[in-house]
Amino acid sequence: MTVDHPSDYRERWESVLPFQIHLTSYKINDTYYCDVDNVDPGAVIVRTKGLVRDEVELKALMRAKERLEFSRLRYEKKI
Amino acid sequence: MATNYAHPEALVDTEWVSQHRADPTIRLVEVDVDTHAYNEAHIPGAVGWNWQTQLSDQVRRDLVSKSDLEKLLGNSGISNSTTIILYGDNNNWFAAWAFWQLKIYGHQDVRIINGGRKKWIKEGREVTTDVPTVSGKTYTAKEPDHSLRAYVKEVSSISNDSSSLVDVRSADEYSGKVLSPPGLPETCQRGGHVPGAFNIPWGKNVNDDGTFKSFDDLRTIYEPLGITSNKNVIAYCRIGERSSLTWFVLKYLLGYTKVKNYDGSWTEWGNLVNAPVTQEVQP
Repeated sequence: MTVDHPSDYRERWESVLPFQIHLTSYKINDTYYCDVDNVDPGAVIVRTKGLVRDEVELKALMRAKERLEFSRLRYEKKI
Repeated sequence: MATNYAHPEALVDTEWVSQHRADPTIRLVEVDVDTHAYNEAHIPGAVGWNWQTQLSDQVRRDLVSKSDLEKLLGNSGISNSTTIILYGDNNNWFAAWAFWQLKIYGHQDVRIINGGRKKWIKEGREVTTDVPTVSGKTYTAKEPDHSLRAYVKEVSSISNDSSSLVDVRSADEYSGKVLSPPGLPETCQRGGHVPGAFNIPWGKNVNDDGTFKSFDDLRTIYEPLGITSNKNVIAYCRIGERSSLTWFVLKYLLGYTKVKNYDGSWTEWGNLVNAPVTQEVQP
């Protein structure tokens, strides 16, 4: 059985107005993973992976913005 | 686990799992909101269950059937005497949902890893992508225990004198400002909540590291609102998984005996014709 230990665990928060998002990233083997949740209520809305943490987090952030766009319009009563 | 929870045996901590994960009398099961998370990495020896395809009826909106659950458990190497250790992402949302279903079908020994997948990963504990080879077992489920599940008729007739309704969604879902958690699909026609429901978001039950709050801290969340152990309590959310976590807290950590999960939740209520809905903010 191939076993590894996750490392480089990091959490940070960003604003994608009007929402907050929470990025969690860590490394398993040679791959970085990033999960983005919507803080309130905390559902994971995006998951990305890659070899470089900054790129993985950036990709996750961009996808989160896309996913949150409809919710933003709803929140701001534009739809 | 040294706590004063009503049923401390329903929880295990990550260190206990590290020491016991190879014990043949236990079966680790990961159940995630994100059904791909298991493939990314999981605790060695854990099997993965997909809540969408394996813990739900595939034709109508309902729980998995008794016969399908028996097959799932048997194929997972679980017999009636196996200790099932559940964990998952999003602070165990769907692990709690699986726990609730397993109790409905009468499994005796089910436990949840306190802190779930998040805590395991954060602590840098062993993970693998290897799927374990398990020997099939024969499993016989009990007839479903409907005392753990609330249906729409019961929610409609709830009286605040002897009962409490707990809406565990976010404040914005409760007030109808949004129809779903940000970034997730909308599954209802109307926003708001069931009149009389208290808004106690699921996240109030847990600490930053994903572990459950202490018995005393949990009591101070519910009791001041009159949500006490002598009442019939029904928890709901959007589709029933977040409310499973609150159901678990009330029943197994605080020891309330009359708690039900309304898994129809807002996806059912928010689509009902002529159902009472309010958007008032909780005082």
